[in-house]
Amino acid sequence: MIRCEKITKIYQTGDTGLVVLKEVSFEIKKGEFVAIIGPSGSGKSTLMHILGALDRPTSGNYFLNDRNMLELSDDELAEIRSQKIGFVFQSFNLLSRTTVLRNVVLPLIYDRNTPKNERQLKAEASLQSSGLEKDRWHHLSNQLSGGQMQRVAIARALVNSPDLILADEPTGNLDSKTGDVVLETFKRLNREKGHTIVLITHEKYVAEHADRIIEIKDGMISADRKRFSLLKDK
Amino acid sequence: MLFSDLTQEIYFSLSSNKSRSFLTILGIVIGIGSVIAMVSIGQGAAKNIETNIQSLGTNLLVVTPGSQKSGVGTMVRGGMGSATTLKNDDAEAITAQIVSIDAVAPTVSSRKQVKTTKGTNSNISIYGVNAAYQTVKNVEIESGNFITEEQSKKNAKVAVLGSGARDDLFGEGSDPVGEKIRIENLEFNIIGVAKSKGGTGFGSADDLIYIPIITAQRYLTGSSSLSNINIQVSQENLMDSVQEQIKTLLLVRHGITDADSADFTIVNQADILSAMSSVSDTLTLLLAAIAGISLLVGGIGIMNMMLTTVTERTREIGLRKSLGAKNGDINIQFLAESVALTFIGGIIGILLGWLVSWLITKIGGTATNVTSSSVALAFGVSAAIGIVFGYYPARRASKLNPIEALRYE
Repeated sequence: MIRCEKITKIYQTGDTGLVVLKEVSFEIKKGEFVAIIGPSGSGKSTLMHILGALDRPTSGNYFLNDRNMLELSDDELAEIRSQKIGFVFQSFNLLSRTTVLRNVVLPLIYDRNTPKNERQLKAEASLQSSGLEKDRWHHLSNQLSGGQMQRVAIARALVNSPDLILADEPTGNLDSKTGDVVLETFKRLNREKGHTIVLITHEKYVAEHADRIIEIKDGMISADRKRFSLLKDK
Repeated sequence: MLFSDLTQEIYFSLSSNKSRSFLTILGIVIGIGSVIAMVSIGQGAAKNIETNIQSLGTNLLVVTPGSQKSGVGTMVRGGMGSATTLKNDDAEAITAQIVSIDAVAPTVSSRKQVKTTKGTNSNISIYGVNAAYQTVKNVEIESGNFITEEQSKKNAKVAVLGSGARDDLFGEGSDPVGEKIRIENLEFNIIGVAKSKGGTGFGSADDLIYIPIITAQRYLTGSSSLSNINIQVSQENLMDSVQEQIKTLLLVRHGITDADSADFTIVNQADILSAMSSVSDTLTLLLAAIAGISLLVGGIGIMNMMLTTVTERTREIGLRKSLGAKNGDINIQFLAESVALTFIGGIIGILLGWLVSWLITKIGGTATNVTSSSVALAFGVSAAIGIVFGYYPARRASKLNPIEALRYE
């Protein structure tokens, strides 16, 4: 489903270019749960932006569902984000002073393919799968705890049934206990509903929840392996 | 993005910062309100002048005594009515010799003490007029009759009260026809009351009493000189040529060869109207310009608020983009927000301006006139301000790089 071919990203500052990604190539199949791990400055965030159609590589090809993202205009990229990709951010990025339901509905107002009367149902369905208690649905987002907020964000990412869910340090702002709950939610979504999930993190512990771990160092893939526990199982 | 979504987004964002939205809208309210009120004062003045001039009569030429230029080197001009160079004969000559005129109405006027039998008394302008005066000056009668030709020839002691004079002497709305008044100890029978000519400012046309001209000359002024001669020209396009003819006639009659030292002045009604309306146009423009400045300040307030909002909501803009909002979606959202601000401000401003101009008329007594064109203009201007001053902030929002916007602290 995702195919990256020799993706290179260079940030041009003045005369000197900073090479952030060097000819990175990999594939992710539908239904995989992949963690991309690397220390800060390794280029993993840049890779996530490219995977999330927020940024274009300097060279190389990125195919999402066999569509080359390099050829698309800004508006077409926005459409891809609207229909194929769901983001979960470290700092949740919910609209404050706004109800949970409205936050979850938000991506649908930019999606022409969802009629207005279906929005509410879709939002409720994805809140259901994110596991947020029903009595919180009409609360304002700033009245929730961190773990609850992240589940709202997950519901928002799910609402337009995207092909790919990109989670950028989703547990970074949570204590380990609520972090585990969020990670379990991702696991469950992957197992039960078959969502393709890419998790970006710098913590080994977090990465170990995924089935496959891609390690990035200095803009290059240094390792691409199955989770240790899976290896042990074999 | 559907229109209903857009309105909802605007509602949420404006209501999430009520005090700031309120203050920004207030700027526009004051701007639009003052434009409406100021223009209404100007328009009111213009309308006032127009009715005043119209109430003088149509196609009117007025000959007044007094020199236009009293000799070489001096620019001294005699006060209105102070000269006595116009005589009854002049009026008769004009009637007899000038063609294309409908009527000639010579008048004499002077202020006299007027008493009623009830004992009220007042100092009122007395106008000695003939029967033609009624048609020439558009005098409409509320009750009774105007002075007839016969009465004016017979120097009958009859009087027609202007509505203002009636209000002064007999009380508002009363009908004094048949009663008597004393002017300079002469008793006059009241035979009619004239309708109000409306209009305020430069000498109300209602605070006066009409009496036959011969009576006035014999008993009140004691001479055959006239205060002025009103001439109604039969067609508007003949005004200028008739004016010339009268000028030539009077110059000959008065034995003056140099037209510059004429001892009379002929005023054309059209000249007065255009002079007056150019004054009121300038007034309107001036007032509108002052109000326009406050509108501009209001617009800058909008831009300021929108720029603050865009900066404040940078992360939100980044988020919306990551959720699939196109540049156009962001652009339209912020533009619509600023248009909504000015629109709300515009509506409230129009109502406020209306209220203010109503209060000005009610309390200040100055005539105002809120025209539909000034309302439409204010509305258009407020929407335009929303677009113009919202354009830059909206564009800035739409051009934000989503990655940087999401990282913005």
